[in-house]
Amino acid sequence: MASFKDSIGGSLRQYGIMVALILVVAFFAVFTQGMLLNPDNVATLILQNAYVLILAIGMVMVIVAGHIDLSVGSLVAFIGGVLGWAIINWNWPWPLAILLALVIGVLVGAWHGFWVAYVRIPAFIVTLAGMLVFRGLALMIAGITIAGFDQGFIQISSGKLPQTFFIAHLDGLTLIIGVIGVAGLIWSQFRSRAAQLKHGIAAEPIGLMIGKLVVISVAIMAVTVRLAEPRGFVPYLLVLIGVLIFTYSFVLNRTVFGRHIYAIGGNLNAAILSGINTARTNFMIFVHMGLLSAIAAIVMTSRAGAATASVGQNYELDAIAACFIGGTAVTGGVGRISGAMVGALIMGVLNMGLSIGKVDPALQQTIKGLVLLGAVVLDLLSKRRAQVA
Amino acid sequence: MIETPILEMNDISMEFPGVKALSEVNFQVRAGEIHAICGENGAGKSTLMKVLSGVHPHGSYSGQITYKGGACNFRTIRDSEARGIVIIHQELALIPFLSVAENIFLGNERANHGIIDWGQANKQAAQLLERVGLTENPRTNIVDIGVGKQQLVEIAKALAKRVELLILDEPTAALNDDDSEHLLNILRQLRDEGVTCIIISHKLGEIIKIADSITVIRDGKVIETLNVEKDQVNEERLIKGMVGREMNNRFPEHQPKVGEEIFRIENWTVHHPIDVQRVMVDQVNLDIRAGEIVGLAGLMGSGRTELAMSVFGRTYGADISGNVYLKGVQISTQTVEQAVHNGLAYASEDRKRYGLNLIQSVKENMTAAALGKLAKYGVIETNAETKAANQLKDELTVKTPTVESPVGKLSGGNQQKVSLAKWVYTDPEVLILDEPTRGIDVGAKYEIYQIINNLANQGKAVLVISSELPELIGICDRIYALSEGRITGVVDRADATQEYLMNLMTQETKKAS
Repeated sequence: MASFKDSIGGSLRQYGIMVALILVVAFFAVFTQGMLLNPDNVATLILQNAYVLILAIGMVMVIVAGHIDLSVGSLVAFIGGVLGWAIINWNWPWPLAILLALVIGVLVGAWHGFWVAYVRIPAFIVTLAGMLVFRGLALMIAGITIAGFDQGFIQISSGKLPQTFFIAHLDGLTLIIGVIGVAGLIWSQFRSRAAQLKHGIAAEPIGLMIGKLVVISVAIMAVTVRLAEPRGFVPYLLVLIGVLIFTYSFVLNRTVFGRHIYAIGGNLNAAILSGINTARTNFMIFVHMGLLSAIAAIVMTSRAGAATASVGQNYELDAIAACFIGGTAVTGGVGRISGAMVGALIMGVLNMGLSIGKVDPALQQTIKGLVLLGAVVLDLLSKRRAQVA
Repeated sequence: MIETPILEMNDISMEFPGVKALSEVNFQVRAGEIHAICGENGAGKSTLMKVLSGVHPHGSYSGQITYKGGACNFRTIRDSEARGIVIIHQELALIPFLSVAENIFLGNERANHGIIDWGQANKQAAQLLERVGLTENPRTNIVDIGVGKQQLVEIAKALAKRVELLILDEPTAALNDDDSEHLLNILRQLRDEGVTCIIISHKLGEIIKIADSITVIRDGKVIETLNVEKDQVNEERLIKGMVGREMNNRFPEHQPKVGEEIFRIENWTVHHPIDVQRVMVDQVNLDIRAGEIVGLAGLMGSGRTELAMSVFGRTYGADISGNVYLKGVQISTQTVEQAVHNGLAYASEDRKRYGLNLIQSVKENMTAAALGKLAKYGVIETNAETKAANQLKDELTVKTPTVESPVGKLSGGNQQKVSLAKWVYTDPEVLILDEPTRGIDVGAKYEIYQIINNLANQGKAVLVISSELPELIGICDRIYALSEGRITGVVDRADATQEYLMNLMTQETKKAS
């Protein structure tokens, strides 16, 4: 009986954030008289929050390992400036400019990683310095807005999957992607359950698992149908973000590198004494963060159609907030990308819902702040209750 | 000696969800005595004391507490302290970068209208320190004094609160024999001054030496309360009460099948990492053969952990010199990775800080040091990992619901087994086990000894570091004694006695020059 209770409690904690997202969506759907769920709004939601989703993926790794990265917003602006110079002022073809941006992202990540991992300066200080340095560099190279990118580059953010064939009035390709996604999810859940049973590990009750799968599948299909409607569309970006989420979830859950991140964040001393190369792991975490910052910069520059030094203000805080709302532990050692993604979407839905509902921007900030605090408070309270039980 | 007890706890019961922590405990303490409580881990000793001191507030338990004739309904520690009951927890509650005086008066500052009178504070602190036999300057920071002295500062802090009933939870667990002896003397002195003491301890010999009464607790129930003078109290009697059975054999049989030399350290010298002039380990030579369990006996500060950690990837010390040989071939142990690669394993004495990641699962902890074995191109084979963890769990009899449970939820003994499993899985040639049975109960100790025996029987070289001499004599084939960083002797099991070893361990090797 206790194990049954445990597994429900565990699931509730794990999926509580999902429930929160659904509640937020439901609230704003009513608040905006359904406008929030218009097909084009659903697609725009993802475009608008692409930067948070991408940065939060890296930030989860950084925070789980017990660090923080305050520089990502400035870095997005700096790399955006580099893209502007390369494409407009140097006339580079845009794919080459993108390559340059990615390389610079990796180099900056290596720069931060070097100080954190090998000189052992706290990441807070290293990236605080980075925040100032790269904002300064951004002002130097893109103090005057650089605009006039060619269509190929703009397409990165505004491009959409072609509408090939239709099922009723819905786009067929979109539907197929959605169905494949749901099928994959169900298959992987049953597979891992089978593996658990095989090794004699108490799996969660089958009813609970099916219930969970039904809720998630319905949610995915609802979004899919919305996107498949004539006014909806599947942006390239959604595909890119999907690939990033999948890849980095795999890295965190299934690779030695990912396991070492959790080990370092959970107990650094034990990790060192287990022979884990903590310096190399920390270094690589920041390299990945740099790479993801570069990807975010490419996406945001493409979306804005211009490179501006003032872009990326507070991006680091948005990414950090998404992680914490999504259950990443402030003290490190605990956190999942899926959680952070849901956290980012909650913030995004809040943003969009409040904007559509024409709520005063000043009040919007306040509400978002309170939501962040509330989410972490709820998370802590549920953990405390779990400890007592 | 017919007197009303100063403290009476009647019919105390307490339940945590799913566990009956205390059931109808009756416990009495006479004024001015030292009353020891002993029992296995999880028997309910600490819970009982937390009930008494208000850590578990009134209402969370049932039953009555009467202290000095008045009922006690403590809601917080402050309530109990107001009545003169002070508890000193096992983990010391001192702030490292505040001075001794600041710590003594923490929460109880010598102040007028919120402004601290430092003259008064330091003067009174010095007086309190004198009562506990310390000559330290009250302005010294806590970090700069040893653990033994820190424990005495805790007592001084209690005295500052005008303590009448002092509760000590495992006060000597982290102390060496000298410091323990000193602490016990201070307790005797306090008793003579009229302070009543309750002491929780695993060290049975020590309890018998100091206590006037001993209460044995098992599974949340009081088994018996003994009067040390009247009843014939010895360790066997206490152990019988604690575990509910005679422990004729506290150590499993071990028939050594000693083979070739596997591990040798030559001229190993280590300096203090900060004070680099100070020699911590001095020209140590040591060897272990296949299938042999070798003990390293030394008091705290003798350099035993420093020796082990400096060999294991230089995780301690500076300016290290000397050679390490595996099967006659010199090996490098510059980093932990190299040491592990070369067949060394080191299980730390402090498993919570240095051994385990408490928020990760049993499985993830077990495989942490040898993930490479389970990975292809950096990707972990999850099925193989689960299988390996399950095997280790069975092999080392780890009691856990599943290998997916967080290690932090296991008992101390099972945590220790996970910590050992991690190193068993690396399949090392040499295992260095630092205090492998610290803070775990008698039954679990026996199982750990069996694991150590099995490892030796597989032909591994095992080095056991311990401050419990009976344990070393009970399980080791050969014992090195370490004093002030030097090996002062090595004895075979047959010739080893506690007295002889203690002599070696306290030998002064250096002249003050």
